[in-house]
Amino acid sequence: MRRRTEIYGLLAEFHTPGGVVDAAHRVREAGYTKVDAYSPYPIEELIEALHIERSRLPRLVLAGGIVGGLAGWALQYWASVIEYPLNVGGRPLNSWPAFIVPAFETTILFAAGAAVLGMLALNGLPEPYHPVFNVPGFALASRDKFFLCIEAEDPRFDRAGTAKFLAGLGASDVQEVEH
Amino acid sequence: MASAHPAEPPIVGPGQTFGSVTDKISSMVLQRRAPRGWWLGFAAGFALLQLLLLSMAFLLFQGIGVWGPNVPVGWGFDIINFVWWIGIGHAGTLISAILLLLRQEWRTSINRFAEAMTLFAVACAAFYPIFHMGRPWVGFYWLLPYPNTMGLWPNFRSPLVWDVFAVSTYATVSALFWFVGLIPDLATLRDRTTSKFWRIVYGMGAMGWRGSARHWNNYETASLLLAALATPLVVSVHTVVSFDFAVGQLPGWHATIFPPYFVAGAIYAGFAMVLTIAIPLRKAYGLEPFITLRHLENMAKVMLATGLVVGYGYTMEAFMAWYSGNPYERFMMWNRAFGPYGWSYWLLILCNVLVINTLWVKNLRTKPAYLFAVSLVVSAGMWLERFVIIVTSLYRDFLPSSWGAYRGTAFDWASFVGTIGLFLTLFFLFIRFLPAISMYEMRTILPEAEFKEEKG
Repeated sequence: MRRRTEIYGLLAEFHTPGGVVDAAHRVREAGYTKVDAYSPYPIEELIEALHIERSRLPRLVLAGGIVGGLAGWALQYWASVIEYPLNVGGRPLNSWPAFIVPAFETTILFAAGAAVLGMLALNGLPEPYHPVFNVPGFALASRDKFFLCIEAEDPRFDRAGTAKFLAGLGASDVQEVEH
Repeated sequence: MASAHPAEPPIVGPGQTFGSVTDKISSMVLQRRAPRGWWLGFAAGFALLQLLLLSMAFLLFQGIGVWGPNVPVGWGFDIINFVWWIGIGHAGTLISAILLLLRQEWRTSINRFAEAMTLFAVACAAFYPIFHMGRPWVGFYWLLPYPNTMGLWPNFRSPLVWDVFAVSTYATVSALFWFVGLIPDLATLRDRTTSKFWRIVYGMGAMGWRGSARHWNNYETASLLLAALATPLVVSVHTVVSFDFAVGQLPGWHATIFPPYFVAGAIYAGFAMVLTIAIPLRKAYGLEPFITLRHLENMAKVMLATGLVVGYGYTMEAFMAWYSGNPYERFMMWNRAFGPYGWSYWLLILCNVLVINTLWVKNLRTKPAYLFAVSLVVSAGMWLERFVIIVTSLYRDFLPSSWGAYRGTAFDWASFVGTIGLFLTLFFLFIRFLPAISMYEMRTILPEAEFKEEKG
């Protein structure tokens, strides 16, 4: 990543979920847009407070399911009708009712694959390095603490002013995040 | 998260916080020494696993004649055990997917190890169909569609091929669902371990998870979609397993009641196994605040309900055999109950239909020791059910000249006990190295997670 800014951003720590949600609302109201929050479990209100758009994942999963269903069907048609036509008890080569079952399973398989790979891709994972891990104490984001980060790329970001603003939101601690 | 029924006890013990839940559950993994009970259980499982390896080696050396199946009973322990194990797996998916969609929050503390149970049960199940091919390394061309040197393709009109697709999809999707659920908890372990080695191992599993709100947004969508996909999948799997029988023309197999009654039986057997695991686990690791009596009682109720469906299935099988007026169907049913293998049928009725009805009594279904005993009886009963369906339908078919008998050989028993060893080994490794209860989901149901939003 190109370092256009001196630091990655400012990280404020909160002890309660209510505290971080409240702060997220006030940060958005103050006009900051490059903001992210970190919490040990999913908080719907926090996602809303940060105006994060609805996930695009359902469309990917739908596409995965359609591709899976068609692929499963095509495989069976090709194998049973074109490549290896086999008369089993006089049934038509294109025994479509029997083909429903494997096609159903491949639909689920591809859709589930799309859900997992799509989730990882949309989240940019795996991502072994991220600046927030440089902050001592951030390890508690996976235990019981809540963090709000205003990134330095935000047009309204000001190293001293933003730090003061965050401290005024009830944060227990505000720290600079090194790149 | 106020409960709809205020009289019901809470689903987490009092006084738990984000920190205490995290510390308690992660300490099961991060403690330096495993408790003595763990070593005993692991050693027992590992010893039985050696039995599996030995019997497998001998099977491959000698051929599948070391197992009991022969004309007329061509399907024996291999299929009995396959169906038994795959059925056990179903409760894990029911808990992790269906109860998630139904917003049953009590499932939170039991879903992780129930999903692990699913995976390991499917692994045990997969052993049988693969090894009953005798030479599994050449047997895949009629199971999986791949361009082979003979130019052959599977017959997609066969339920056995459907079964391959259903079970392999089920194994894959269960593994994916389980792994996705583990990601935030692996991040917790990465952040909490003091060992550099384990920080790297858990860190690779967590893939850089940092709990970002943007990530949670996609993550929660993925979890719900996976649950929505796993729900029809799990119903399809045992339906397809039942097609292995029901699509055949044999009296005792050719019945339309099979799919629903197999699915109910799978859930029945699976909840029995979840209880068999949960009751000692909560005791050994002091997990009573997380896996409360209410959890055990709820699982007992699910067992009771599915047990009654299974009982209905047995009744309808007998009724339809009589009502069909078909002499072969009638003979099959009479022979099943009063023939040489009649003992297995009545033992099955005792285990699966009679004993379960004691759970109507609240005093009994809230006694862990009693529930543990019932869960073992149900597991035995479900094994007998598959024995009855398979053996007593096959051993006396249309032609008396081809009648015969069946019994499992020492190698049949060795591989059955061996897969129990495989299951135990995998399960003990799981509770030692991975969080047996989902920490991030537990945090969502704590009183601490409730807050009043003050829109400023």
